[in-house]
Amino acid sequence: MQSLTHVTGVAIPMIEDDLNTDQMAPLQLAKGLKPDYADLLFKRRRQNPDGSLIADYVLNQPQFTAPSILVAGSNFGCGSSRESAVWCLYAVGIRCVIARSIADIFRENCLQNGVLPIELDDAAMDGLQQRVLAADGAAHFSVDLEAQTIDGPGGEAIGFDVRASDKLRLIEGLDEIGLTMKHASEIRAWEAQTLADTPWLQQARDKRA
Amino acid sequence: MQGAKTLFDKIWSQHLVGRRVDGRELIYIDRHVLHDLHAPHAFEKLAKAGRAVSRPDLTFSMQDHSVSVLPGRTDDTYAEGAAFVRAMREGSKRNNVRVFDLGDPEQGISHVVAPELGMVLPGATHAVPDSHACTVGGLGALAFGCGTTELEHILATQVIALSRPKRLRVNLEGKLKPYVAAKDVALHIIAHLGVSGGAGYAIEYAGPVVRAMSIESRLTLCNLTIEMGSRSGLVAPDDTTFQWLAGRPWAPEGAQWDAALTHWRTLPSDEGAFYDHEVTIDCTQLDPQITWGTEPSQVTGVGGRAPELHDVEPTRRAATQKALAYMGLSPGAPLEGLAVDRVFIGSCTNSRLPDLEIAAAIARGRKVAPGLVAMVVPGSSTVKRQAEARGLDKIFTDAGFMWGESGCSMCASTNGDTAAPQERVLSTTNRNFENRQGRGVRTHLVGPALAAAAAIAGKIVDVRKLTGEA
Repeated sequence: MQSLTHVTGVAIPMIEDDLNTDQMAPLQLAKGLKPDYADLLFKRRRQNPDGSLIADYVLNQPQFTAPSILVAGSNFGCGSSRESAVWCLYAVGIRCVIARSIADIFRENCLQNGVLPIELDDAAMDGLQQRVLAADGAAHFSVDLEAQTIDGPGGEAIGFDVRASDKLRLIEGLDEIGLTMKHASEIRAWEAQTLADTPWLQQARDKRA
Repeated sequence: MQGAKTLFDKIWSQHLVGRRVDGRELIYIDRHVLHDLHAPHAFEKLAKAGRAVSRPDLTFSMQDHSVSVLPGRTDDTYAEGAAFVRAMREGSKRNNVRVFDLGDPEQGISHVVAPELGMVLPGATHAVPDSHACTVGGLGALAFGCGTTELEHILATQVIALSRPKRLRVNLEGKLKPYVAAKDVALHIIAHLGVSGGAGYAIEYAGPVVRAMSIESRLTLCNLTIEMGSRSGLVAPDDTTFQWLAGRPWAPEGAQWDAALTHWRTLPSDEGAFYDHEVTIDCTQLDPQITWGTEPSQVTGVGGRAPELHDVEPTRRAATQKALAYMGLSPGAPLEGLAVDRVFIGSCTNSRLPDLEIAAAIARGRKVAPGLVAMVVPGSSTVKRQAEARGLDKIFTDAGFMWGESGCSMCASTNGDTAAPQERVLSTTNRNFENRQGRGVRTHLVGPALAAAAAIAGKIVDVRKLTGEA
């Protein structure tokens, strides 16, 4: 995974609660195992059934066609565990999502793909939403993961919290599996102990076979 | 009480393998079940990285999301799904993973098959690349829905790297009225907690309502945990659990069963164990529930109405208005009497034998309303066979329902099964999101009793009126 320390670019406002992953990645419309994820992103909102664009939808407005930061409401990314929701965001260039709250599985999927998920409290979020709406894509916002700040037109820098483990993982661009593989001997020891203590957990067998 | 632990804590600490340098805890996964919509991508990534599946003997593949449910189906019956089904089969074979393929007598929806075979057990950890992995918490297992990269990680290492969630206990008090079941209870909890009220928590369901529930009902209850925003939900195992599991083909037997039973009896939460948050809900007055909106918390009793905007919190008004418009409802409109175009009975939420028995009891000797399309899709091929042995298929088809092969069908609608724009669907599934069952489709979530009653009446109706019990 690529290291992520800063995100700078257009911040797109999607000030709506409970935007779910079905909407982000409507897999019913995906053709085959490797769909065009950029095209799939919010496809039902961006396109009419005949494929023509819905001009006033935010992602179709010219200033928001290449966003880097997505600013949402609360419970962003709820619903299905589909990682394709993050792949769709990534495909159009989004590397940071900021919301009042972010759904658990979606947050994990963001971290797995080098997308920074930020949760802000209501006061900070109210301010940021106003500033992002006022900027209307004309001026850039920037997120500094090292310093844990969000900066942009219309006010002071906004601080944010991030789990130390998540920060480290994104900044170092850590290989998740590699990191866990360092514990291979502990995993093998756990298996051996469990086979001795509670063997049914280590043996999944059809007893009729 | 010093040292008192919750059910969740006991399973978590038994499965804690180590702590990574980034602070994440490594939790061993005892049973890893894959499905065709997401596993092919993980198999491909694994192959590219030259990595092997760590424990193919603890890993199982289920063909459920992109399969047709039409009788006589093949890979190609739903042409768009064929690539997924084949990639799943090939990836699984390459990695020595057992596939429950089309035609396998035990194929079905993973969250139905894993419990019914006794593959997943109390006190075990379970992962599926699907948010409804939480279903199997009904047996007292700790389950995690995960994404594709996490899936690849588990394939390679057999552990998942997590930050420990907080603990929430939901106490369900009272006794349920007739025709009120686990689905209604779960929808009511979601209304109470909200769709993100469980975020960051593992939820334990407790109280007399849960104790009185069958395992199938507990599976339904736990299934909807993700709709509260929580990844894991579970119920402490008890004699109901042990009796249900005894003799299942993958469950331990003989001396191992005895040892397992002794262990399982130690799992329930200790008196005085700490919960970060606790809520108590009395279910005594609960009526059969039906959603009116586009998220599962937008729900009311079947005799209820869509909300008036002035009754909704100001911050939620715009979203409520949007949901009502999508659903084709006016504020304050009663739900009973709305004409229904389609009924779907199935999914990991409500497709087990008792669900089908409830629906069949209502369908027996009656006819599906003219012009209404009604579908029953058993949760597994095993459920299908058991239902057929009891003659339920005949009851359904005589009444005019379609009787399908097993799969996710109109729950995920990634197998071509969708409704037409603006159709009103009563569905025993778990998500009433916009467009979930097809563009513009108006989904009302209900339990099997209300679904079957609507199929007969052709409109939303209180099942108790249809059967003359109210």
